[in-house]
Amino acid sequence: MSTLLPFARQARPVAETRRTTSSDKFISIEGIARRYPAPGGKQTTIFENLWLPVRRGEFVCMIGHSGCGKTTVLNILAGLEAPSEGVVIVDGQAIAGTSLDRAVIFQGHALLPWRSVLGNVAYAVSSRWRKAKRAEVEARARKAIATVGLAGSEHKRPSELSGGMKQRVGIARALSIEPKILLMDEPFSALDALTRGTLQDEVRRICVETGQTVFMITHDVDEAIYLADRIVLMTNGPEAKVAEIVENPLPKDRDRTQLHHAPGYYALRNHLIDFLVTRSRTLRDAMPEGYDPMHPPVVRPSLSEADAAAITAEKPALRA
Amino acid sequence: MQRSLTLRAGALSLIILALALFGWQIAVSGVGKTEAMDPEYAALMGETATTGKSAMPGPLDVGATIWKHLKDPFYDRGPNDKGIGIQLAYSIGRVALGYGLAVLVAIPVGFLIGMSPLMSRALDPFIQIMKPVSPLAWMPLALYTIKDSSLSAIFVIFICALWPMLINTVFGVSSTRKEWLNVARTLEVGPVRRAFTVILPAAAPTILTGMRISIGIAWLVIVAAEMLVGGTGIGYFVWNEWNNLSITDVITSILVIGLVGMVLDQLLARAQALVTFPE
Repeated sequence: MSTLLPFARQARPVAETRRTTSSDKFISIEGIARRYPAPGGKQTTIFENLWLPVRRGEFVCMIGHSGCGKTTVLNILAGLEAPSEGVVIVDGQAIAGTSLDRAVIFQGHALLPWRSVLGNVAYAVSSRWRKAKRAEVEARARKAIATVGLAGSEHKRPSELSGGMKQRVGIARALSIEPKILLMDEPFSALDALTRGTLQDEVRRICVETGQTVFMITHDVDEAIYLADRIVLMTNGPEAKVAEIVENPLPKDRDRTQLHHAPGYYALRNHLIDFLVTRSRTLRDAMPEGYDPMHPPVVRPSLSEADAAAITAEKPALRA
Repeated sequence: MQRSLTLRAGALSLIILALALFGWQIAVSGVGKTEAMDPEYAALMGETATTGKSAMPGPLDVGATIWKHLKDPFYDRGPNDKGIGIQLAYSIGRVALGYGLAVLVAIPVGFLIGMSPLMSRALDPFIQIMKPVSPLAWMPLALYTIKDSSLSAIFVIFICALWPMLINTVFGVSSTRKEWLNVARTLEVGPVRRAFTVILPAAAPTILTGMRISIGIAWLVIVAAEMLVGGTGIGYFVWNEWNNLSITDVITSILVIGLVGMVLDQLLARAQALVTFPE
């Protein structure tokens, strides 16, 4: 079991967390919009004027109901779709199209069924290092496969693997190209609870060890709490907005099996579920006074909603 | 269980074959002395008149002919008397040429059309009109323009093998899964490499289905085409033996044509199994 640090050591002055300073914007989503033509010559706006910064080495989860454009945001980050307006800046450069720096783990694993496990990962490796020798490609692929715990299954076909193993191969493929950013579109939603838990552990371990910057979409509140440093809450679509960014108050060194013992866990969980149940709808219809899409409110829930309200208003107390 | 099923099916096949051959033999054998007639007239008319024997050859006669052909399949005694092996070789050669040309045209062109939704839509009416035309309808046009009967037969094979392959290639390429294409995009795979490493393997089973349909049609059409153009080939052989009134040879040819068609189909079925991937 991991040591659960007292929250005092994690707590920072709220003022510091309320605004993200420009220096640590590794990814900066700047005013993007996505519109689709609707019948009658009109346009449907999925979302517009969406701003979101992501720090280097940060794990960000985006939560929202279906239709709020989460997957579209991810596809725009990946470069698979172009935004109707706005830009995404990664590491100081506006993105144009897809890039090997941004690896995607697809919801439906998207393995090439005619290639073996090794073949699938090696395909990515040889795309990254075009001039690499075959032996080097294979060595890198084997290393990535071992990282996700699939050593020994290199020559199996995807059809011979279970759903969890297929998704592991998808993760290995994404990691093998050593991307700057990992983009995950509900990667575990099709898996059973047990497999999902194990894979979450693996992903968390790998990301913490390598300091990987991750943007992940999920429906699962517990998954977001376990994995994320910050959780982005989207209101319902169309015309979805970033309602708020929730700073995860849980210690970085967290243990999935002990999570529910952590102070603040239920406050955070209730906050997220309340959002999904009611506020995602009410906030879409009426945003609070002074809502600034460029700087969505940052929230850091604590033991209770009342405490959280008190803390955001005053100096942070020591919460243990 | 599976093994016993195979065994039982095999045994049943043999029984059906034996019964069919037996029935055939009975049907064509004589019914005994029919009626008294002048011996000279009877000698002139042969067994058909005297013992009621059918003019249709029995399985034993056909067996003897098959044996004769098997013993010497490649003899060549002038333009109208060549061994069945030589005739088959001509037909297979024409099919191979026409079909090979069709593969060379249909697959690359199908690839280009399949990758472009605009071209798919634009060319679809032409393909739909050309597809149902009997390939033999092209024969006069081919003879008129090519002015060579043998080449015309190859052209007819080409044109009949083209459409199923083209349509299947277009369909297979255009229905490559978007997620596989997205994998290639996120890996910054160039268009040529993407075509060979993602689209081709994804479309291969569908393309092979088209190729299998085409080889079947090509083998059907070659017989008819060779009856028209004459000279050589198994189709010409059938027609020639009909003119010779050698029914045993006609039946032998039918069996041989069926056998070769089956082998061609099985070859492509094997190839198809090789490129098919389980999901």
